[in-house]
Amino acid sequence: MDTDRDTLIDLYLRMVRIRTFEEQAGKLQEAGKVPGALHLYVGEEAVASGVMSHLSNEDQITSTHRGHGHLVAKGGDFKKMFAELYGRETGYCRGKGGSMHISDLDLGMLGANGIVGAGPPIAIGAAFSNKYRKTRNVTCCFFGDGASNEGTFHEAANMAALYRLPVVFVCENNGFGEFTRQERHQAIQDIADRASGYGMPGVVVDGMDVMAVYEAAGEAIERARRGEGPTLLECKTYRFFDHVGVRGMGVVYRDDSEVIEWRKRDPLVLFEARLLEMNTASAGELQQLRERVLFEVEEAIAFAEASPFPADSALLEDVYTVTGG
Amino acid sequence: MPELRYRDALREALREELIRDDRVFLMGEDIGAYGGSYAVTRGLLDEFGRDRVIDTPIAESGIVGAGIGAAMAGMRPMVELMTINFSFLALDQIVNSAAKLHYMSNGQINVPLVIRMASGGGSQLGATHSHSLEGLYAHFPGLRVVCPSTPADAKGLLKRAFRDENTTIFIEHTALYGMRGEVPDDPDYLIEFGKANVLREGTDVTIVGYSGSTWQAVRAADMLEEQEGISAEVIDLRCLRPLDIDTVIASVKKTNRAVVVEDDWQFGGFAGEISAQLMEQAFDWLDAPVARVCGKDVPLPYNRNLEFAALPSEEDVVEAVLAML
Repeated sequence: MDTDRDTLIDLYLRMVRIRTFEEQAGKLQEAGKVPGALHLYVGEEAVASGVMSHLSNEDQITSTHRGHGHLVAKGGDFKKMFAELYGRETGYCRGKGGSMHISDLDLGMLGANGIVGAGPPIAIGAAFSNKYRKTRNVTCCFFGDGASNEGTFHEAANMAALYRLPVVFVCENNGFGEFTRQERHQAIQDIADRASGYGMPGVVVDGMDVMAVYEAAGEAIERARRGEGPTLLECKTYRFFDHVGVRGMGVVYRDDSEVIEWRKRDPLVLFEARLLEMNTASAGELQQLRERVLFEVEEAIAFAEASPFPADSALLEDVYTVTGG
Repeated sequence: MPELRYRDALREALREELIRDDRVFLMGEDIGAYGGSYAVTRGLLDEFGRDRVIDTPIAESGIVGAGIGAAMAGMRPMVELMTINFSFLALDQIVNSAAKLHYMSNGQINVPLVIRMASGGGSQLGATHSHSLEGLYAHFPGLRVVCPSTPADAKGLLKRAFRDENTTIFIEHTALYGMRGEVPDDPDYLIEFGKANVLREGTDVTIVGYSGSTWQAVRAADMLEEQEGISAEVIDLRCLRPLDIDTVIASVKKTNRAVVVEDDWQFGGFAGEISAQLMEQAFDWLDAPVARVCGKDVPLPYNRNLEFAALPSEEDVVEAVLAML
């Protein structure tokens, strides 16, 4: 292990930022302050963090309905994110998009997406653009085990391999397509097996281990940058909360004991132990870092709550854009 | 002015745009080596190479999604879907992404994408290959919907579509590909969107058409004049979105009667939209209810006689006019 201290702390920080954002967002929803459907990323933080630490703002991602974690890991602005969840004028999308439709082109975040499986074709289009322009930029396409059954994933995987596009398909296999267990929605265990059918490498990685994700994603991304084509990277992970909302226990589609087992492998707890064991940081330093992030999140919530709703005149704006020359 | 076929005018537009802007590239089924199902792209692969004229798998959703992703990343793609009937396989990408992203992202994201497809029956290809569904796309805010009826319009409108920052659904009519007409060879020949064309002036009735149905309207006007001494004004809408209802209203204020002709189904269709807008905005000038002459309310049959009976004819238009006078 020769990963430097800054990288390790950066990985931890990304995970803490996601966890804190999501837990606070969940509390706000339970308190009736944040409307709509929140698909929270708690439990899956290692995936977005391990992948995103390899990407610059010129590298793109496509995200999912469970997209907060991807945007946070890509450097998303807490204030604009909370304001969007609150539906306020100052939100990323002026509150018109909401949780499932946040985008930030400056960060290369091409959008969360409320349609399961809509991202892969868009990702390969962005990757095509990178290849056409001979940049070394890469597009990472996040999707879940549920989306791996959508035709769009297969169409995009086939085309990505055919054209050797600089794209990495990051499958977040959290064991459930919405409320349906993986064994009830597909006959395979490893979604990475599907890669060979398209002529690309498929890699399985422990999605609760941020270092494992970091290393595997690094290889896949470097491969794409070298012009050697796409990779399907399957990260085995788990959704601590419900498909939508906060409740994670006492649900009909899984036993609490299963949740308890997976929580023993909480990616933050695992990585924290590792950082302490390697003497990368002291418990006090990590505590301080968490407190700083919580403070930042609280500030962002206050900002969102103090922000106005857009004027009614905003309703009809931005259906079409002006014609360019 | 040179005389070109409709398909050659389309090719000339594509060729000129490929030369003008290196962000333009073409993707679609059989468009490269084969030259396109309707021979529109013939020769372009040889001239522009495989980076810019790209044969794709038969994967409509993948193709359109890739076009969207590339457009979001700053390219100016054109994708070809062969026929409008096949575009249903890409409907999610068109409706949920191409049409909505600009609005959902608060204007951050533009999708300057041209999606070409052919429409129109009469070739005994049966119900999955023959329908005309322009009105379906016109239903969605965020899309441009363009359907040229002449070679000159085909060129001027297609070139205009490449200069637009929004997604254009560009619908060609299968019966018109061989039609000849004068076409300006000016590489900056553009026809503004949302400007209907008064093809023939008249005083007794206004006949509104678009795409192939424009020519049923024209032939009906000829028959009305020759056989009945009735003077019909013929308007080709050219674009369904943006819609130039003002030209139709101005005409109806002069003729006091209107017939709308389209190949598409009548129930819930675009002729009903024209009819409603005339009722709302020109009620006092109408001497008779607006008549609709549309395709029959059935999946298009294969038999020659039944298919012919299902599609609107110039005789049907004449009959509708005579019934309202």
